[in-house]
Amino acid sequence: MSYRSNADLGGQDGHGAVQPEPEGELFHAAWEPRILALHLAMGANGLWNIDASRAARETLADYRELSYYQIWLEGLEQLLLQSGAVRADEMAEGRSMQAALPTLSALRADQVAALLARGAPTVRPARGPARYSPGQWVRTAAAAPEHHTRLPGYARGKRGMIERVHGAHVFADAHARGLGEQPQWLYTVVFDETELWGANAPRGQSTVSVDAWEPYLEPA
Amino acid sequence: MHGPDQQHEHEHSTLSPLELRVRALETVLTQKGYVDPAALDALIDAYQTKIGPRNGAQVVARAWCDAGFRRWLLEDATAAIGSLGFSGRQGEHMVAVENTPRQHNLVVCTLCSCYPWPILGLPPTWYKSAPYRARAVKDPRGVLRDFGVQLAETVRIRVWDSTAEVRYLVVPQRPAGTGHLAAGELAKLVTRDSMIGTGLPLEPGGATTDASP
Repeated sequence: MSYRSNADLGGQDGHGAVQPEPEGELFHAAWEPRILALHLAMGANGLWNIDASRAARETLADYRELSYYQIWLEGLEQLLLQSGAVRADEMAEGRSMQAALPTLSALRADQVAALLARGAPTVRPARGPARYSPGQWVRTAAAAPEHHTRLPGYARGKRGMIERVHGAHVFADAHARGLGEQPQWLYTVVFDETELWGANAPRGQSTVSVDAWEPYLEPA
Repeated sequence: MHGPDQQHEHEHSTLSPLELRVRALETVLTQKGYVDPAALDALIDAYQTKIGPRNGAQVVARAWCDAGFRRWLLEDATAAIGSLGFSGRQGEHMVAVENTPRQHNLVVCTLCSCYPWPILGLPPTWYKSAPYRARAVKDPRGVLRDFGVQLAETVRIRVWDSTAEVRYLVVPQRPAGTGHLAAGELAKLVTRDSMIGTGLPLEPGGATTDASP
């Protein structure tokens, strides 16, 4: 079965103008903060990791039709079903009808501030030296893999320059699939606009960078 | 006269299908002991009252008036920002990028909605929406026009697509005529959008503002 992300939007035409919003406007319906909080609280239970949750969201078939917090709702429902934590009929009826997974303990209110302040750093000890250094030219992988990945489509098969080295980070491609953290060196790679969009692209005097793990890159 | 059942019925009939679906989910998760509603309230309260763009504004204002802090911020943003008490979830690995007369920085996440929560709070709707995510990398000047920002043609734009767990803070240029202002006053000029790169700081004594108090 082929993997398809519906969330890889960079460079697509036809989405119209951006609609700015004032600074204090966080939610547009009473259920939005609840689903945000449910997502964060369930994430703290360790049933899945952040990369697996991104994979669940980006593969939703109706991703493009959903508002952002609807994506979070449907993504959370998928994760709960996949992990066996909740059955579909329980969600439909709004009540628990089978025993809970035994090892989970709910996040408590008095743990929230520390949880948020701690976060989940992704830097890990490197398993070897970095292959690239700032100033070096690289080419990104051309083909999209059949799983969650974080190299956007617009930056595939493109020549760019290493600008920064961020240390070794948990490798999203492996982590999302339950294959462990497999830390890899992470780089900021910067591309010229004509490399990304061709000679006829809007000439905006701009450059674009992505953060790319070493397996995405080859020397160029 | 309404009995309790009818009241219950009435309450439900005014709720949207999405509201009902989220309530059902919260009920199941609570019954199973996976979530504690008090913790949900605490999470929401944190992002409504404690963790928001006024945090980032303090960081920028400090960088504007303290050269040592500015250098630290540009070299090790995670530590410099942490020294002001802002750290953690979705800001574990921070990089600060400074606007100059020749370069303007713009931050996006084309793949989802990665955003520096400890200093900017929750991302605005437009940041998570298709138009911004699609166009920021290809037509950044057009996106800036949507925000009413017109940069000189000589200013290069650098777009940072947050594709991994590094989060970016734009340090806007300090407005002219603010030499007399202390950090607390300067922070009021620093808008959320100016720290994403879709806006510029307010002018001192400027009229309308999109910044909350």
